[in-house]
Amino acid sequence: AAGMFLRLLSDVRWRAARPPWGGWTRSRRSSSSAAEPHPASLPAQAQVVICGGGITGTSVAYHLSKLGWKDIVLLEQGRLAAGTTRFCAGIVSAARPVSIELKMADYSNKLYEQLEQETGVKTGYLKTGSISLAQTQDRLISLKRIASSLNVTGIPCEIITPKQVAQLHPLINIHDLVGAMYVPGDALVSSADVSLALATAASRNGVQIHERTSVSHVLVQKGCVTGVETDRGQISCQYFVNCAGQWAYELGLAGEEHVSIPVHACEHFYLLTYPLKEPLASSIPTIVDPDGRIYIRNWQGGILSGGFEKNPKPLFTEGRNQLEIQNLQEDWDHFEPLLSALLRRMPDLEALQIMQLVNCPETFTPDMRCIMGESPAVRGYFVLAGMNSAGISYGGGAGKYLAEWMVNGYPSENVWPLDLKRFGSLQSSRTFLRHRVMEVMPLICDLKVPRWDFQTGRQLRTSPLYDRLDAQGARWMEKHGFERVKYFVPPGKDLLDLDQSKTFYKPDWFDIVGSEVKCCKEAVCVIDMSSFTKFEISSTGDQALESLQYLFSNDLDVPVGHVVHTGMLNEQGGYENDCSIARLSKRSFFMISPTDQQVHCWSWLKNHLPSDSNLTVEDVTWKYTALNLIGPRAVDVLSELSYAPITPEHFPSLFCKEMSVGYANGIRVMSITHTGEPGFMLYIPIEYALHVYNEVMNMGQKYGIRNAGYYALRSLRIEKFFAFWGQDLDAFTTPMECGREFQVKLEKGMEFLGQEALLEQKQHGVYKRFTMFILEDHDTDMDLWPWWGEPIFRNGRYVGKTTSSAYSYTLERHVCLGFVQHFDEKTGEELVVTTDFINQGEYEIDIAGQRFQAKAKLYPFSSLFTQRRRKEEVELSGYQRE
Amino acid sequence: FYLTPPQVNSILKANEYSFKVPEFDGKNISSVLGFDSNQLPANAPIEDRRSAATCLQTRGMLLGVFDGHAGCACAQAVSERLFYYIAVSLLPHETLLEIENAVESGRALLPILQWHKHPNDYFSKEASKLYFNSLRTYWQELIDLNSGETTDVKEALINAFKRLDNDISLEAQVGDPNSFLNYLVLRVAFSGATACVAHVDGVDLHVANTGDSRAMLGVQEEDGSWSAVNLSYDHNAQNEHEVERLKMEHPKSEEKSLVKQDRLLGLLMPFRAFGDVKFKWSIELQKRVVESGPDQLNDNEYTKFIPPNYHTPPYLTAEPEVIHHKLRPQDKFLVLATDGLWETMHRQDVARIVGEYLTGVHHQQPIAVGGYKVTLGQMHGLLTERRARISSVFEDQNAATHLIRHAVGNNEFGTVDHERLSKMLSLPEELARMYRDDITIIVVQFNSHVVGACQSEH
Repeated sequence: AAGMFLRLLSDVRWRAARPPWGGWTRSRRSSSSAAEPHPASLPAQAQVVICGGGITGTSVAYHLSKLGWKDIVLLEQGRLAAGTTRFCAGIVSAARPVSIELKMADYSNKLYEQLEQETGVKTGYLKTGSISLAQTQDRLISLKRIASSLNVTGIPCEIITPKQVAQLHPLINIHDLVGAMYVPGDALVSSADVSLALATAASRNGVQIHERTSVSHVLVQKGCVTGVETDRGQISCQYFVNCAGQWAYELGLAGEEHVSIPVHACEHFYLLTYPLKEPLASSIPTIVDPDGRIYIRNWQGGILSGGFEKNPKPLFTEGRNQLEIQNLQEDWDHFEPLLSALLRRMPDLEALQIMQLVNCPETFTPDMRCIMGESPAVRGYFVLAGMNSAGISYGGGAGKYLAEWMVNGYPSENVWPLDLKRFGSLQSSRTFLRHRVMEVMPLICDLKVPRWDFQTGRQLRTSPLYDRLDAQGARWMEKHGFERVKYFVPPGKDLLDLDQSKTFYKPDWFDIVGSEVKCCKEAVCVIDMSSFTKFEISSTGDQALESLQYLFSNDLDVPVGHVVHTGMLNEQGGYENDCSIARLSKRSFFMISPTDQQVHCWSWLKNHLPSDSNLTVEDVTWKYTALNLIGPRAVDVLSELSYAPITPEHFPSLFCKEMSVGYANGIRVMSITHTGEPGFMLYIPIEYALHVYNEVMNMGQKYGIRNAGYYALRSLRIEKFFAFWGQDLDAFTTPMECGREFQVKLEKGMEFLGQEALLEQKQHGVYKRFTMFILEDHDTDMDLWPWWGEPIFRNGRYVGKTTSSAYSYTLERHVCLGFVQHFDEKTGEELVVTTDFINQGEYEIDIAGQRFQAKAKLYPFSSLFTQRRRKEEVELSGYQRE
Repeated sequence: FYLTPPQVNSILKANEYSFKVPEFDGKNISSVLGFDSNQLPANAPIEDRRSAATCLQTRGMLLGVFDGHAGCACAQAVSERLFYYIAVSLLPHETLLEIENAVESGRALLPILQWHKHPNDYFSKEASKLYFNSLRTYWQELIDLNSGETTDVKEALINAFKRLDNDISLEAQVGDPNSFLNYLVLRVAFSGATACVAHVDGVDLHVANTGDSRAMLGVQEEDGSWSAVNLSYDHNAQNEHEVERLKMEHPKSEEKSLVKQDRLLGLLMPFRAFGDVKFKWSIELQKRVVESGPDQLNDNEYTKFIPPNYHTPPYLTAEPEVIHHKLRPQDKFLVLATDGLWETMHRQDVARIVGEYLTGVHHQQPIAVGGYKVTLGQMHGLLTERRARISSVFEDQNAATHLIRHAVGNNEFGTVDHERLSKMLSLPEELARMYRDDITIIVVQFNSHVVGACQSEH
């Protein structure tokens, strides 16, 4: 290892002696001919093998070694930092819309800043700042939303006028600008050198680095990693980390046990020029012009400018071709729109001489967020890939989270939005990926308004009722590949076309959803909720009950036919899943969880249930169509269709019965809804779906039945303060923090996962509290709408962020849900959040920089649950607006 | 004023025609995928003609362009009649007999040709009987001659050309009792026309050319680039062999007067042509026919005028030069065009433009900066231009139209310049001929798979 380290250092010094970019075609060649004469032999075993010597691989190695794991081997098929890392533009920017990504980028920036001092390797780190330009008001709104988010995270950031832009950057044409966002802390680095510095530090900590060694596949036994097979021999190991970038997909499929890693590469172009006559100052800020789809940074007195075109060129769909990556062609005709945008933004550059157009493949994922975590299929198989052209910004932070994940069992932040398990094998079709990344790459620059949907790779999973609903005006969105109805456009009513309907303000579906909500409250609606994940767990003896009692915090030892709402908690008491479980018999249970839990929940159960052949878990998601009958007349419809007494005495709330509906027998009916309205969930074997739907609609006519979609559902559940997993709840939220103590049975007579943590919280209090906010001075018609991620201020101080929001048609107000924390005014230390703390504050919600007064509530309006009591309650709470 | 792009398009597309060979016509798979043709007039009326037809009693397809001069009568007659003469020349003895018997007994005639005509391509109804009789006389002679040998395509083409020109000459000498027809046959004979005709049958491509229209083969090289192969020789003063031939055919005393100012006898640009009896008949014959002809002819200064140094007629022949080419898979298309195109465009450019159009891949040389000093502004200008070039491709659904757009609208960079195109197309009739000639183009596209398959059979 020592020899390796010396060679690496000399290599680094040799590289650093050159201008970081100058003549790199030459250096690449000379480095390949000057291959190390005696490649160090591979060790026979290691704790961890990391595949990939780019920014992600070296960052994981660096952070693992920092956390004290030393027995690590990093394998790189070519040279360190010679792939996308070598070619990428080296911009480190925290201006990211997703909070976890923002945190990763912020950490990366801080890491890189001190890296040179720590390692002695020049990284080219330069704090230049960045300016994101807005050519339209909508763009400015989206920048303001990011700015709010940056500010509360402690990253300095301001919204500036076009004039201020001109002062910061002399070359910019500001005539078409309406404003900009300035982030002074953003930086530039030489990406390859950062990667080499991380490798150097890791190497010092004992990580062995082997170049020119390619992994052919990963060895798996009994669902666990046991080693890797390379072109230079085998290494046995406990952990494998796939950091293979654009090759991650193929490497995942290379072994006997397939690991689906949905990534796909696209060509990405940027331009290098010779220096300007008056070379640009090295401190000149990086420009991001999303409306022009370009970024422009200083590069040795000239510029480096690239972008994300509307018509990307996906590549390597058919598979790996290592030769091609070196020989990717410059395509000037393809670059033309970006060049036009550049010259429009900086007209003075006309006379600047071109040095090169670089073609650097970038790896994209189906939802524009990177992929990390452990494979659901193979234990010990970790992945960090799919950086969506922000590998340098995320690399540091992502490496840290993954290392924490491996060492501690879970990262220090909620990374569910990045978790590999958010995808299933359904996102691994090569055609799907090719089509989807062609949409994702332009999206990097596109304006993202609330509730946008992907347009490609749709209609993959559908309910048997899809065509019926579509014919009735359904508008669709997609979750985990499943098509779900947003709302139904009544016949004769036209909505705006897609582009025009994109707005941060009141959307065009406002009245449509309003009437669906009204129908849910006054009559009866039917919502197709087939996408929910459904498992059946059964055993020959008591194994099912015993294991589930351990996995779930509520008491599942209930009489047969009861339904229990419960969290599936981790050691820290945080929600890994939020489920409804029906006890079908003494020994079998039916479990319903959110749609995107399909992979995560399966893997959690697999990892935590005892391996007992008498205990079976089956994914029955595809077997049932789920219809939600919701509203006060649901009971009438159902009783007419089943000739069975459905009155509360015979069928109280939270019950499950198998019964016939119409001609169809064996329909699993549960007296639950996911919104708090009265109603039933019907789990229908799919072959009966159309029949039952038709019967329900026919019978329901006299009760005023109509179809409704998820937007109505969302409005209903948010006004009733119902938290949803994945949106409000995550692995870092406990039932105690979201007012669900009643779903935890600490004294159920047996130990369960998370029990200790919950006991601790019960005794000492919680550090955040799920709170409901009703916006007071918010004008629904004129003001920007909240979405989620808006900062919450208490008495003028930042206390947390919203997690979801909706317009309540009953309250005629916007309702936001979010978590309130209590930071010590002096030290910033987190303090216990008490009921008094919540109740005794003046709250404001920040929507794109504008603050709206909000009233905080810890409990829902009980009036909303029953029609009768509504009036008095409304009067009491002062929300009467009739 | 300028024409708007839609106006320009409506002018350019007025005469466009496309024909796709049905993929399976019940008999055999054709080596021709189809063809695009178009013509843009400069003369009013246009003096160019075009023809395309499928031979029904033999295999193969005939395509031709005809450039008329001194009026359009001769070009019109040749465009109507020549393919029948060729088809008949190719027919086997039995078929000729069958046809003759049918005519004799008043039965329905076997169809000989299936025409592929644009609505503007007309046939003269009045002369059809006259033309038919001449044709019948020809096949009767062929029946009498019965050589028993299988017909050689090259021979057939040469015979057909010569026979038609001979018939045109004879019809004018004999005249017709109908004064309209009488005047028509005289106008046909006294005007002239060049002809460039292709016969495609499987991998055998024959091009028979008389005059200065041109046939060119578009070949795609292995690297995807396009090159041009000539399949005809121009019969004009630039062709040394033609000048040589003329000198051989006439006494040495005329050597200097034969070609003056690059023209035959100082008058005619093409050195071979149909009609043009003023360069074929003896002075006596010309005088006799003109004097006995209708007044319109008698009053016409041009017809009365005898070319200078006219000592040993005929000076002109309609005999074509025939080139035979075996099609290869890399031979993607054939362009037949009158000299209006070739005056404005180099054949290499024609090959590239049509090739790129037909393949849909705009194999523009990818730009590489390499060691050149290029500024962002220059690159931007260049790219914008290239984009315009591509977008102009998509406006056209017809390769011939696309070629005309380039021929008329190209600027010095080889890019279609809308302003220039608009200017050229809005010229008043009397000026148009000064800036451009009639242009007629046929682009025939070959089926490389069929060609490849035929090739491997042999």
